[in-house]
Amino acid sequence: MTSAELPASGRTPLNGGLNGKGLALIPRTDAKQTLKDFKSDQEVRWCPGCGDYAILAAVQSFLPELGLRRENIVFVSGIGCSSRFPYYLNTYGFHSIHGRAPAIATGLAASRPDLSVWVITGDGDALSIGGNHLIHALRRNVNLNILLFNNRIYGLTKGQYSPTSEIGKITKSTPMGSLDKPFNPISLALGAEAGFVARTMDSDRKHLQGVLRQAAEHRGASLVEIYQNCNIFNDGAFDTLKDPGTRDEITVRLEHGQPIVFGTGENERAVRLSPTGGVEVVRRAEVSDGEILVHDAHNPDPSLAFALSRLDEPAFEHVPMGVFRSVDRPSYDHLLNEQVATATADKGEGSLADLLHGGDTWTIG
Amino acid sequence: MTKQVQQLDRVIIRFAGDSGDGMQLTGDRFTAETAQFGNDLSTLPNFPAEIRAPAGTLPGVSSFQLHFADHDILTPGDAPNVLVAMNPAALKANIGDLPRGADIIANTDEFTKRNLQKVGYPGNPLEDDSLKEWRLHAVPLTSLTVRALDGFDISKKDAERAKNMFALGLLSWMYNRPTEGTIKFLESKFARKPEIAKANIAAFQAGWNYGETTESFSVSYEIKPATLAPGVYRNISGNQALSYGLIAGAVQAKLPLFLGSYPITPASDILHELSKHKRFGIRTFQAEDEIAGVAAALGASFGGSLGVTTTSGPGVALKAETVGLAVTTELPLIVVDVQRAGPSTGMPTKTEQTDLLMAMYGRNGESPVPVLAPATPSDCFTMAVEAARIAVKYRTPVMLLSDGYLANGSEPWRIPEVSELPDITAPFTTEPNGEDGTYLPFKRDPETLARPWAVPGTPGLEHRIGGIEKADGTGNISYDPDNHDRMVRLRQAKIDGIDVPDLTVDDPGGDARVLVLGWGSTYGPIAAAARRVRAAGHKVAQAHLRHLNPLPANTGEVLRSYDKVLLPEINLGQLAMLLRARFLVDVISYNRVRGLPFKAEELAAVIGEVIESD
Repeated sequence: MTSAELPASGRTPLNGGLNGKGLALIPRTDAKQTLKDFKSDQEVRWCPGCGDYAILAAVQSFLPELGLRRENIVFVSGIGCSSRFPYYLNTYGFHSIHGRAPAIATGLAASRPDLSVWVITGDGDALSIGGNHLIHALRRNVNLNILLFNNRIYGLTKGQYSPTSEIGKITKSTPMGSLDKPFNPISLALGAEAGFVARTMDSDRKHLQGVLRQAAEHRGASLVEIYQNCNIFNDGAFDTLKDPGTRDEITVRLEHGQPIVFGTGENERAVRLSPTGGVEVVRRAEVSDGEILVHDAHNPDPSLAFALSRLDEPAFEHVPMGVFRSVDRPSYDHLLNEQVATATADKGEGSLADLLHGGDTWTIG
Repeated sequence: MTKQVQQLDRVIIRFAGDSGDGMQLTGDRFTAETAQFGNDLSTLPNFPAEIRAPAGTLPGVSSFQLHFADHDILTPGDAPNVLVAMNPAALKANIGDLPRGADIIANTDEFTKRNLQKVGYPGNPLEDDSLKEWRLHAVPLTSLTVRALDGFDISKKDAERAKNMFALGLLSWMYNRPTEGTIKFLESKFARKPEIAKANIAAFQAGWNYGETTESFSVSYEIKPATLAPGVYRNISGNQALSYGLIAGAVQAKLPLFLGSYPITPASDILHELSKHKRFGIRTFQAEDEIAGVAAALGASFGGSLGVTTTSGPGVALKAETVGLAVTTELPLIVVDVQRAGPSTGMPTKTEQTDLLMAMYGRNGESPVPVLAPATPSDCFTMAVEAARIAVKYRTPVMLLSDGYLANGSEPWRIPEVSELPDITAPFTTEPNGEDGTYLPFKRDPETLARPWAVPGTPGLEHRIGGIEKADGTGNISYDPDNHDRMVRLRQAKIDGIDVPDLTVDDPGGDARVLVLGWGSTYGPIAAAARRVRAAGHKVAQAHLRHLNPLPANTGEVLRSYDKVLLPEINLGQLAMLLRARFLVDVISYNRVRGLPFKAEELAAVIGEVIESD
């Protein structure tokens, strides 16, 4: 299949025609916005060198591009280092409790379709204590942009292993090595059939902002995993993906409609379908052009995207980055508000007096 | 045959059968007929948590008790005058509550050897003289029904299932109930199965005719309509009244209602009810768990909705951290706890008042919340509106403590005019409130101490709130020790200062020396007991708390003006502990925790003992 043959996104009319126009319900401003407009007056207090600084700067400088009214943007977070994020943005913000940000944001987004709601969470917050809320927000397709800062460690509680830490991780709570197999957040999100699933890197501002833009424009739930370095408790976790010497050999850049190839020179490799039903990495030279898998982010079936998400097994040998999946289906707020509108259209706006006097009544006196 | 008609002032009927026998429906219909007739009434459904326990067994018995009268009554009654027993299990499970001389209507068809064995009857009690102290009417309800439906194009099973309508028809004849409502009800319930509708109506009418013609029933009874205050009435259960109260609260506050909820007995009916009323702009969200239910409600409140979550005790335990977040972010939120027997899963379909201390204190930190408790099923409406008023006016989560008895019990309710309902609007903040056009999210109203409520979408008032301690005024993160002390005290002072009506005392003679105090669903039995005590020539004052936090300002004064204060609670003395600590009054507790409401007779005896002691 070539890129020309790929089906267009939004094959079915969904979201009241809002597909691909994820920001259509959110009031816009003509006023010129700058990075400064989105900086709050609060002093940023992450450890010097933390990857969160780069993400904050990238978000602050990307938000003006959306052209949205600042008062219609809300950042909701849970608990953890990353969850301080809302304090540093001059939008509406809600720093909540551990793991619950997707649930709080669900109530907000479901009742306010005119808001651009962002959830800032980390690997512990989203995948341990808040795992349930995350998968349900994704399956419901609540209109949220969930940014999952994955540093593969617990930072705020000072260095215990997290649900994305590699097996055998030596930490304060696992002096003999951690025993549990980590979650792959992308696989998890695809398993929950999230509509938009992507991975990017704290230090790659251009890629990060590109992914954020697509997430923002996607109406429904977007999950963006951001590899983020914790220079105190898990320094260098993503060095092989950042070091110019190794970076290009292991990073698999996913671009919709493009054949999936990576690596340089003799080491150039390609991804093709494997006989076992998954995908596999082979030497580029060993396969014909036609055999190379062309990335289709809009495929309604998440199976291939899931297979791609497994390429980093084991041990980060090759790591896909970019948009795994971007398909449209009705967002939860749209469906919920449609029911309210339908009920109102069918029976008229509710009258309290009629409600109270409904059923069998009798009069005395 | 001329039948005798006897006048009665009140009757208590209990319908009991297998959980598949449709006893709740039968009871509901008899209640509707009785309400339509104009009697005062009070009901007590009692059903197992199992949806279908093994047929014919004691755990599978479901019952519905109805007390109706020609005067105002307060409880579903202590002991039935009539027991309808659809099978041996229903007889065995209920005979202990039946006073000698009461009527028993037993379905003989179900008293088979096998069914008798299932519940351990050695012989058939309908045939030996073990029931000789009662008035037994042995009626083959099932076979009479099947015979009456001969010729209908329905299965034998469907014909047998209509036996509850036969029983309803018979009881409707016995107590001269109007029948049109039930016929209309059956037509609409089985609108899609007209043959089943006709068969059920025929069974209902056959039951009526059976009463009129058979010699086994020589007397029918008349209970004149009650003289209640003038107005338009309907019968309403606590859960329905609470749902309507939440809707009314949102309407009167001019806010969209957002319900985040997870199904749990006995609160689920509120979720069901509210989900039917989307045309009021109500959004109902069945969450993935209890925590998500309250969290979504709080998120919606942040966005300018009236956030509500409904649950029972185990759910409140799970929601505690989020309620704490609502306390510290000072956002409106209503947490409805329809209490049930605990701890842990406890007895989900049975009632209790054991969540008071959890509602008051079940959170980390100093985390004060207003706590309200309706006194009767229809009072659930009033107190839900009151919860909305307090939540919105003071920007605070409010705990509303209903219970299983109120939730499922019903009574006639004088429908209020919408114009009688309070205007509880508390507008959003839309303008800066600080110097230089800044917005201070924690700058308080000097009178109520409530903070402003600026919702996303309001230009210029962008701000951040959260669970970390906030600096007074600005709301910025603050670890300053004195600021924390100040904020802890401000949050407490705000709740302490909520305007709550004074506690009123019912003391007809004005010189009683004993006060019987209650809260929540014990109102009916306590008031009925007080009546009995007074009728017997003793003096007792009665007062009932519907605001538990803050307490009415005159509570201490009331308690101290009696020699003795008796406090019956369906717990081990939770309110008593609070009152003793707060007012140093030696409150006398009376506690039974059986999963059932108090009986008026039982409480009358306890009040009598307290009056007579020393």
